[in-house]
Amino acid sequence: MTVVEQTQGAPRPTPVRIGGARGGPPLSTVLRKDNWRLQPTLTALGLLGFIGYSVWAALRNGDFYAGNVGRDYLSPLYSPCLTHSCTTAGYVWGGWSWWRVSPAWLILAFPGAFRTTCYYYRKAYYRSFWLSPPGCAVPDAGSTGTGRRSRYTGETRFPLLLQNLHRYTWYFAVVFAGILTWDAIASFRFTNGVGVAVGTLLFVVNAIFIWAYTLGCHACRHLCGGNLKRMSEAPVRHWFWKNISSQLNAHHQLFAWCSLFSIIATDLYTYLVASGAIHDPRLF
Amino acid sequence: MPEHESHVFDVVVIGAGGAGLRAAIEASAAGARTAIVCKSLLGKAHTVMAEGGVAAALGNVWPEDNWMVHFRDTMRGGKMLNNWRMAQLHAQEAPDRVLELEEWGAVFDRTPDGRILQRDFGGHRYARLAHVGDRTGLELLRTCQQRAVSLGIEVFMECKILHLLKDSSGAVSGAVGFWRESGKPVVFGAKSVVLASGGVGKTWKFTSNSWEGTGDGHALALWAGADMIDMECVQFHPTGMVWPPSARGILVTEGVRGDGGVLRNRDGERFMFNYIPEFYAKETADSIEEADQWYDNKKDFRRPPELLPRDEVARSINSEVKGGRGSPHGGVFLDIASRRTPEYIKRRLPSMYHQFKELADVDITKEPMEIGPTCHYIMGGIRVDADTAATTVPGLYAAGEVAGGMHGANRLGGNSLSDLLVFGRRAGQYAAEHALGMPGDVLVDSGQVQEVMQEALAPFGRETGENPYAVHHELQETMQSLVGIIRTESELLEAKDKLADLDERAAAVGVEGHRQFNPGWHLALDLQSMLAVAHCTTLSAIERKESRGGHTRDDYPASDPELGKVNMVTRLAGTTVTVTPEPLPVMPDELKTLFEEGH
Amino acid sequence: MATSADQTGPEAASTATADVASGASGTPTVTLRLWRGDDTGGSFNDYTVDNLGGEVVLDVVHRVQAEQAPDLAVRWNCKAGKCGSCSAEVNGRPRLMCMTRMSTLDTTQPITVSPLRANPVIRDLVTDVSYNFAVARRIPAFHPGPRDADGTYRMAQVDADRVQEFRKCIECFLCQNVCHVVRDHEENKPHFAGPRFFARLAELEMHPLDTLDRRDLASRELGIGYCNITKCCTEVCPEGIHITDNAIIPMKERVVDARYDPIAWLGRKILRRPAPTPASSTASLSPAGKAHETISTQPRTPAGG
Ligand code: SF4
Ligand code: SF4
Ligand code: FES
Ligand code: FES
Repeated sequence: MTVVEQTQGAPRPTPVRIGGARGGPPLSTVLRKDNWRLQPTLTALGLLGFIGYSVWAALRNGDFYAGNVGRDYLSPLYSPCLTHSCTTAGYVWGGWSWWRVSPAWLILAFPGAFRTTCYYYRKAYYRSFWLSPPGCAVPDAGSTGTGRRSRYTGETRFPLLLQNLHRYTWYFAVVFAGILTWDAIASFRFTNGVGVAVGTLLFVVNAIFIWAYTLGCHACRHLCGGNLKRMSEAPVRHWFWKNISSQLNAHHQLFAWCSLFSIIATDLYTYLVASGAIHDPRLF
Repeated sequence: MPEHESHVFDVVVIGAGGAGLRAAIEASAAGARTAIVCKSLLGKAHTVMAEGGVAAALGNVWPEDNWMVHFRDTMRGGKMLNNWRMAQLHAQEAPDRVLELEEWGAVFDRTPDGRILQRDFGGHRYARLAHVGDRTGLELLRTCQQRAVSLGIEVFMECKILHLLKDSSGAVSGAVGFWRESGKPVVFGAKSVVLASGGVGKTWKFTSNSWEGTGDGHALALWAGADMIDMECVQFHPTGMVWPPSARGILVTEGVRGDGGVLRNRDGERFMFNYIPEFYAKETADSIEEADQWYDNKKDFRRPPELLPRDEVARSINSEVKGGRGSPHGGVFLDIASRRTPEYIKRRLPSMYHQFKELADVDITKEPMEIGPTCHYIMGGIRVDADTAATTVPGLYAAGEVAGGMHGANRLGGNSLSDLLVFGRRAGQYAAEHALGMPGDVLVDSGQVQEVMQEALAPFGRETGENPYAVHHELQETMQSLVGIIRTESELLEAKDKLADLDERAAAVGVEGHRQFNPGWHLALDLQSMLAVAHCTTLSAIERKESRGGHTRDDYPASDPELGKVNMVTRLAGTTVTVTPEPLPVMPDELKTLFEEGH
Repeated sequence: MATSADQTGPEAASTATADVASGASGTPTVTLRLWRGDDTGGSFNDYTVDNLGGEVVLDVVHRVQAEQAPDLAVRWNCKAGKCGSCSAEVNGRPRLMCMTRMSTLDTTQPITVSPLRANPVIRDLVTDVSYNFAVARRIPAFHPGPRDADGTYRMAQVDADRVQEFRKCIECFLCQNVCHVVRDHEENKPHFAGPRFFARLAELEMHPLDTLDRRDLASRELGIGYCNITKCCTEVCPEGIHITDNAIIPMKERVVDARYDPIAWLGRKILRRPAPTPASSTASLSPAGKAHETISTQPRTPAGG
């Protein structure tokens, strides 16, 4: 053994290389070959359609209650009935004569906040409106440039930090789901007793979708049992957590859309009936 | 003066599978400065492929179970060729090792009262395998990996070790390797080295092993002068996938046959009825009618021949294929589609259904599977001291698949994961003890380093040399056809000649391109290890003139009680491998009585 | 046919595309458009090989390696979707090469296979994944309470179930690669752990035996707030782990409990609930934004030394 070398010292730390040349295909190219634009476009159209419809419905400020044709239908966009607009049938929750504009604006604020902070809708509009990202493995809008959008802070700053208060909007949403349930029950009420008409079915389906959507909320799932370490020690909460997770939360996206459409359908139907455009056929 | 990167540690562990990680954890906990060197990224080792479970006599499901039963099962399964002391330590310590994993975050499946659930497995008398669905290996590896990370153990990833370094006294003083990423050399000075590099499957054509199973540890030890034992004992699983190429070698569980699957040749014949050996004739059905009734009535009818022991089934498949009655891709058909309803198959064999659907696009509820024997595990390996895992070279330790003796001639399912933990820990413990008891610095000879690197880089200089892929292919073909599951003297001798030829070809391979992450070059280097293993296996196989466990000789179909008392020891004499039969350690009488109780 | 990485010009690609339809022998062929190069640059090169049927992308890549480009760098181990080594982007989608069957792709067109884009390329399809190993070191390990009197731990299967979902992870890092927070905004790497490690945090938080509280850490140091729950991680996970729904969102909700919910805060004050031990990260962070900076002490040399 001739040359003896003394080895020593700690190994060099590995740099995690950030910001340098990354190599690979240019960051701005999209290599996906499928039609990745389709999904965000459909989502954007759906959401814009809903927003457009609800603005129109709110501006309408009339024909949201079908008491005039003997039906106890109150549009979900105007429920609870806050102003005197629905007194004709003695169906008034409030008597706010001082409220001048459409009551729908006030009411829409609550479900609006609920849906805006909903984890599913967040995904939907971050992807389709904010394009962050527009699709998986598709670059964020502006990320390859040098503009303001080249940086990204997610939900760590105001106002998006407020998304963390989603559970408070859920508390209100439960109240609203209750009110819509009441409306669905009321829709069985006819001037000459109890019955079922096509509108009744719509109101019932709407209430079901609203509940399915509201109870499938992630905040609800968390409160039911998701926050526990040992669910085995709380069998009742575990039961709720398990069923909400697998039956409702797993289909949250589906119920989000179903309830959106059922709201539109219910409002539109009420409008058409109240305005006299169509006749609501009674089934029983 | 040194141009290469160098690091010094008390203990260097080569291999980051279960055994390597467990050894490193133990060495580090004992206060030794420890490093792990591995060929792949951390957490990718072949341990993830283990599905069944960890065998440990916890007694959670069967309170009757204890280490003595486990010990006896292991020795029986190994055809008594095991190192009795290893089998004993293994059976005694496995339960503690499993509980320890739990303390590090492993989440095993549970019994109704919240303890670790255990499942049945072939050769184990009681339900004994702690498991997590069918991904127990992943759980074990991840748990050890996370433990090692939290202890701050240094990990050198994607670094291949080429040679062990020795000092003037003949003790191991480190290792030299290179970064796969850059092709640059790196030298480790170490007072102890633990080999935990896993298996050798890539030497055969059909194997369930990953590219890493090239027998690096076996070769390093051999070149460093360590003894190897029983390298002929290789376990071939009778049913591995043979088609498509993507899935070649992947295991098909025995459960398929247990649940009604039958083997057919090209002509649709249930050929197993032609191969019932005298020895099993009493307990095996000899007509299709009888065999088919067994599934529902196991008491009054005899077992179908498809359920004969692994070596028998593999041998029969082999002769069908050799007789030209095989399937189009060189296997036979395993058919359950025509025998059970799709619902039944999907319920009983969900992972097999999924595996064939995903990998082969074969719907096993509609079509038969094509299967053939696949190289699975090597029972033989580096000779170690049972208690300390020390090899015959001072400062060198070995644990896991790379070490021999624990499993004898045949390994029971579930015993490999527990082997990793028990002997990984022991190797780490004694390697640390050895290192910490050695005062002074580690000395590394630069001359040796230079030499090793020069040799490693030689293929770049041979632009016109043969493609290493071609040589590897040839080696696999040779081993598969001549040193495969069924062996005979003439074929083994032919293999020996071919290997000598391949040695020369491997020494003359050329690679193109650059040193950075060049797989052709890496293969050229791995070839050396695989050839070393191939030599050992072939020589020992020639010498063991009997059939025992994983080693089946056509010309000596019975086992020879005399040969059952010896290990086939292979070691390097100069530059050639020699083989010597040497006696097994003798089991003390109080353990011998365990085998006499008539169980 | 392109055989070495030096042939990176556009001609290299065009020469090989000439006959995609079938080879000389009449067997159908397929063209792989593979990325060749290192962190300083590179290009797509086309390789046309026989389309044998029944293969996965990794097989074809291997055949290219054995027949045409022996120095083509690619990582793989198990070829059975269990080790998570062979991650790459096939036709622009993050996938395991060994679990992507050729029959699911349109072989009349060249199939692009490119390296994971969130990481610096080492060579060809091999990227530097050290970011992930650096993050792994920052997660405080499992910390159980004492054992039961009989020396064992008890936990119910229903509690184990939730944790086991995350422990299926094979660490392919496809989720870490697809997540736009670091893929498109690399400067977030020092303060964002990524979906794989949010799943790890959730696993530890939900582990029935663990005693540490990692919620503050998840929020303040590991950047769970950067995630905008757009679910690409869930979309690419080969193990089908519901990363967003079952790990990230529940973790976000737990973080709300710990940091943002005024009623929960008040409740804790009034009831004086003993708080679990807050965990702190085992490694520190360095400020973001500088080029070529070091996050942690992963002992590996950088590519190319
Ligand atoms: S859901 Fe969150 S973590 Fe997952 S990819 Fe999207 S931003 Fe990243
Ligand atoms: S969570 Fe899924 S995608 Fe992410 S590393 Fe694990 S297995 Fe891969
Ligand atoms: S309502 Fe969608 S998550 Fe709460
Ligand atoms: S090679 Fe292991 S996951 Fe693909």
